[in-house]
Amino acid sequence: MKGIEQIVQEHPFFQGLDEAFCDLVCTCARNVRFDSGEYLFQEGGVADTLYLIRHGHVALEIAVPGRPAVRFQTLGDDELVGISWLVPPYRWAYDARAIELTRAIAMDAGCLRGKCESDHDLGYEVIKRLMPILIGRLQATRMQILDVYGAPE
Amino acid sequence: MRLSMPSDPMRPAPTRVLTRRREVADTWTLELEPGGTAERPFAPGQFNMLYVFGVGEIPISLSGDPASPHRQVHTVRAVGPVSRALAALGPDAAVGVRGPFGQGWPVEAAAGADVVLIAGGLGLAPLRPALYYILSRRARYGRVVLLYGARSPGDILFRRELERWRRRTDLEVRVTVDHAGSDWLGRVGVATNLVPLASFDPGDTVAFVCGPEVMMRFAVAALREAGVDTAAIYLSMERNMKCAIGHCGHCQFGPTFVCKDGPVLSFERIRGLLSRKEI
Ligand SMILES: Cc1cc2nc3c(=O)[nH]c(=O)nc-3n(C[C@H](O)[C@H](O)[C@H](O)COP(=O)(O)OP(=O)(O)OC[C@H]3O[C@@H](n4cnc5c(N)ncnc54)[C@H](O)[C@@H]3O)c2cc1C
Ligand code: FES
Repeated sequence: MKGIEQIVQEHPFFQGLDEAFCDLVCTCARNVRFDSGEYLFQEGGVADTLYLIRHGHVALEIAVPGRPAVRFQTLGDDELVGISWLVPPYRWAYDARAIELTRAIAMDAGCLRGKCESDHDLGYEVIKRLMPILIGRLQATRMQILDVYGAPE
Repeated sequence: MRLSMPSDPMRPAPTRVLTRRREVADTWTLELEPGGTAERPFAPGQFNMLYVFGVGEIPISLSGDPASPHRQVHTVRAVGPVSRALAALGPDAAVGVRGPFGQGWPVEAAAGADVVLIAGGLGLAPLRPALYYILSRRARYGRVVLLYGARSPGDILFRRELERWRRRTDLEVRVTVDHAGSDWLGRVGVATNLVPLASFDPGDTVAFVCGPEVMMRFAVAALREAGVDTAAIYLSMERNMKCAIGHCGHCQFGPTFVCKDGPVLSFERIRGLLSRKEI
């Protein structure tokens, strides 16, 4: 069986990370699994975890009053779920639910923030890996807002 | 790929609707007789000018199988006066047809390479003939990938056919929608998110992209990021048209006439024009 160090190192998010940094972040990591239908987290809850999906499919949903929940993104193998742990007030802004059996690495967000705070080189490394993901999602959101396939006015 | 033009390209040949099928809420597929001839051969990516008598004429891509030129298949989204009138025509109704016009997808030149087709919304219709063409000569191509983005699950075009294609082992099909309800178990997110998930050799890939212009710009960026050469990226452009034969200048896009030089154009040819607000 693979140890958590190997699993973390093999995940694209941490791939190529300096071994000393890897030792640091691994102390924050554990393996988790979610059955289909199970929530990773729900809107308003404390954002205390970063999930790195190994295998599976997770849906992000926002509850809309008087209407069924809107599913606005799904994430799969090798992708990252949850960014609200990064900035105060550390609350989830949406629900995340497994829609098939999902295996992931759960990183304790408080632990990870602490390691980044006490070693800024590690912090910079983590932020450098997060930024392209955040920017990609921002651009995708812009495209969704433009509603490019929508009916003309 | 270019085919010969009809004798008087400005005169619509009278023809009639054979069948009409609703695809999604505002989109219908019409099968027409070829009009005036036994068959009207076309290349994937070409379009016809369809004339609704007393209403007007618009360009509509051929969305059927180029191997069946005795039936002209068109998929029409009802957005304005002419397309609405066209989409409402039932079996036996009269239509005028001119065409086929324009330059289509470089399906022949792509032989030997991997082919990635990226469609957004109605953009799947002009790409479908290219896929039919490739699948009927499957051994001549490398990996073939279809990436399709729609607005919501209810807006997915050619759903049954997509499911059939998805079952093929020699074709990778990935579908995503911009948003969905919780009963949708497929992917949610923009079409360009599918590019990094697809398996193809970026150094030996030809990409065909068709959809709203904003989506095509993002698709080109995703393909470039994946390592696809811009010279191997082709887009189908839409501009208002009148003559469709390069005379009136209505469809001019910089130095390019979309009706005659396009609608399928290489990204290299139009890269400077694509992001300009007005041409
Ligand atoms: C080469 C080519 C191939 C085409 N192929 C197809 C096809 O296969 N199927 C099809 O349905 N249409 C296709 N079109 C688009 C079609 O020709 C136009 O939608 C046409 O202008 C509709 O005419 P109309 O009189 O119904 O509406 P218009 O009065 O011209 O337009 C009504 C409203 O719809 C908007 N609009 C026009 N076209 C589009 C569009 N494509 N998407 C979103 N909004 C639009 C206009 O800005 C306007 O607000 C193609 C266009 C070109 C140039
Ligand atoms: S439509 Fe007349 S030149 Fe293109």
